Amino acid sequence: MKPKLAVNIGGINMKNPVTTASGTFGFGPEYASYIDLNRLGAIVVKGTTLKPRQGNPTPRIVETPAGILNAIGLQNPGVDYFIEKALPYLSNFDLPVIVNISGDTVADYAKLAAKLEQVEGVAGLEVNISCPNVKKGGLQFGSDPESAAEVVRAVKGSTNLPTIVKLSPNVTSIVKVAEKSAEAGADALSLINTLLGMAIDVKRCRPVLGNVMGGLSGPAVRPVAVRAVWQVYKEVELPIIGMGGIVTAEDALEFILAGASAVAVGTANFINPRATMEVLDGIEDYLIQYGYNDIKEIVGAAHRR
Amino acid sequence: MSLIIDAEVIEHEQVGPDFYRLKLLAPEILKNAVPGQFVHVRVSQSLEPLLRRPISIHNVNREKGQLMLLYQVVGRGTAVLTRAKPGQSLNLLGPLGRGFTLPAESQKVVVVAGGIGVAPLIYLLQELALNSISAAVYLGARSKEYLLAVKEISSLGFTPFLATDDGSEGYHGPVTSMLEKDLAKQPVDIVYSCGPFPMLKSLAKILMNYNIPFEVSLEERMGCGVGACLSCACKIKSAGEAGYVYRHVCVDGPVFSGQEVAWDEA
Ligand SMILES: Cc1cc2nc3c(=O)[nH]c(=O)nc-3n(C[C@H](O)[C@H](O)[C@H](O)COP(=O)(O)OP(=O)(O)OC[C@H]3O[C@@H](n4cnc5c(N)ncnc54)[C@H](O)[C@@H]3O)c2cc1C
Ligand SMILES: Cc1cc2nc3c(=O)[nH]c(=O)nc-3n(C[C@H](O)[C@H](O)[C@H](O)COP(=O)(O)O)c2cc1C
Repeated sequence: MKPKLAVNIGGINMKNPVTTASGTFGFGPEYASYIDLNRLGAIVVKGTTLKPRQGNPTPRIVETPAGILNAIGLQNPGVDYFIEKALPYLSNFDLPVIVNISGDTVADYAKLAAKLEQVEGVAGLEVNISCPNVKKGGLQFGSDPESAAEVVRAVKGSTNLPTIVKLSPNVTSIVKVAEKSAEAGADALSLINTLLGMAIDVKRCRPVLGNVMGGLSGPAVRPVAVRAVWQVYKEVELPIIGMGGIVTAEDALEFILAGASAVAVGTANFINPRATMEVLDGIEDYLIQYGYNDIKEIVGAAHRR
Repeated sequence: MSLIIDAEVIEHEQVGPDFYRLKLLAPEILKNAVPGQFVHVRVSQSLEPLLRRPISIHNVNREKGQLMLLYQVVGRGTAVLTRAKPGQSLNLLGPLGRGFTLPAESQKVVVVAGGIGVAPLIYLLQELALNSISAAVYLGARSKEYLLAVKEISSLGFTPFLATDDGSEGYHGPVTSMLEKDLAKQPVDIVYSCGPFPMLKSLAKILMNYNIPFEVSLEERMGCGVGACLSCACKIKSAGEAGYVYRHVCVDGPVFSGQEVAWDEA
């Protein structure tokens, strides 16, 4: 018998727990020639903002040990373009579309939420209050529990769409931000966004990235991410999408056992466009091998040992 | 349409100071490839180095389903790549990007290569030769031993004009100055080029003076290779406030129309 893989993330029905990390999978077509998008539990698209954004100067990416630093600067064509051009493409697939939103002000988030509420084909919002690569907004909202709550209230006040809040690891207590987000009405949490970092070119004696600092992702951040999921799962009763350095099914299982109901594959897509599929197949194999009937049986299981 | 495949290494040899030529069996990739496109190479099975490395398709053997890469060792990834042995396979993503627009038969074509920039231009010359299009080839490098693929160029039926910065072979000076002198003497319809950015920039200045259309292959630090991560941004002229918009080497390029590139902004 095949194990049950379906999960519900704050009102979003996913046929399996595997999704994509925002900003690492574009709007979908980028990877459609390598995998069957219909097999994803959901897609989380590149972060959108009210107005188009040019992004940061290059270099925007640099490799670090088992990771990368990126400073894209939320380059995106704006929410209207997304709605008109990208969303219709995604509606050809049987998969929930989760839109990652970012704003410079609380009002921006509310406006984005209200706009996306109006259109067909959006299953939920992922509220990015944790991007380290932009000057205004971004991390500023995610690093203070009260500001995080304010953004969540504004979004919840403008939409009935399931609202997932994406948290930053660049804080003293991620649990506090999670708790405040929950109180403010969040339906689910995404953990984690990138860690603020930098690299210096010793030959040229200056920072590598055009933006000086960037967000660290990839296998190097996984222990930090698993820890964040573990801590938040213990204290907050919201479904969690776990992410940060997932490359293989085993990596994803760490997150699920720590308390994530779903997982997102990010940087690994760059290295292996089929990573999401391999993670999905591997999770299923694991459930079969260990005799579980339902993925839900293992969510947070490491806490019960 | 691009694919992910494991390509068998057929031959791998050092062809210059830090240069290697790698022959791979990849008929599936070849089927859809055009000159100017690249493959994104996973140089190691492990997570070190993490990212793939973009390398242009250097030339192809359609009958045998083989493609060749010509690369320079500059850092960790290319150093790891040098260890690939015949019989082993390398994971490739490709063909990726937009290639060169082929000229019409009657057009007067010039090809300008700087250093390792010759890599994608050999495949272009192969295609020109196949279509019986003649071209003047200008090849420049730091010094003699850095002049690459001279034999390949000749065996395709083109006579390369050589230039070196130190004068150890051919014209003494930048390849672009050698070209500039010749431009005054003969009409040119289109120029194709690849090389270091400063060379491309000075070429652009010359060609825009003469109002000659040209295509260039650009490089920028790349993540995914498929347009998802938006790392490999380059500046393309635009009417907007900033004077440029970002386009991406992986999907909008690597080949761009030279008139489009915002040379002065970069
Ligand atoms: C479309 C395209 C085609 C290319 N074709 C060729 C070719 O045919 N032959 C060849 O020798 N080189 C080519 N290059 C450059 C080649 O990709 C880099 O030299 C190589 O990635 C350097 O890797 P490294 O690990 O040795 O260097 P490191 O400096 O250790 O690399 C660190 C990081 O920077 C990136 N990086 C460094 N230099 C470049 C660069 N110039 N362009 C893009 N990313 C870079 C690497 O990919 C890596 O992610 C091409 C680049 C692009 C964008
Ligand atoms: C190139 C790049 C762009 C990203 N863009 C976004 C974004 O637009 N919005 C967002 O919430 N997170 C963004 N992220 C963060 C990822 O969604 C994810 O949280 C992080 O990379 C950790 O997962 P990983 O290690 O599996 O990549 C981006 C990450 C990368 C590498």
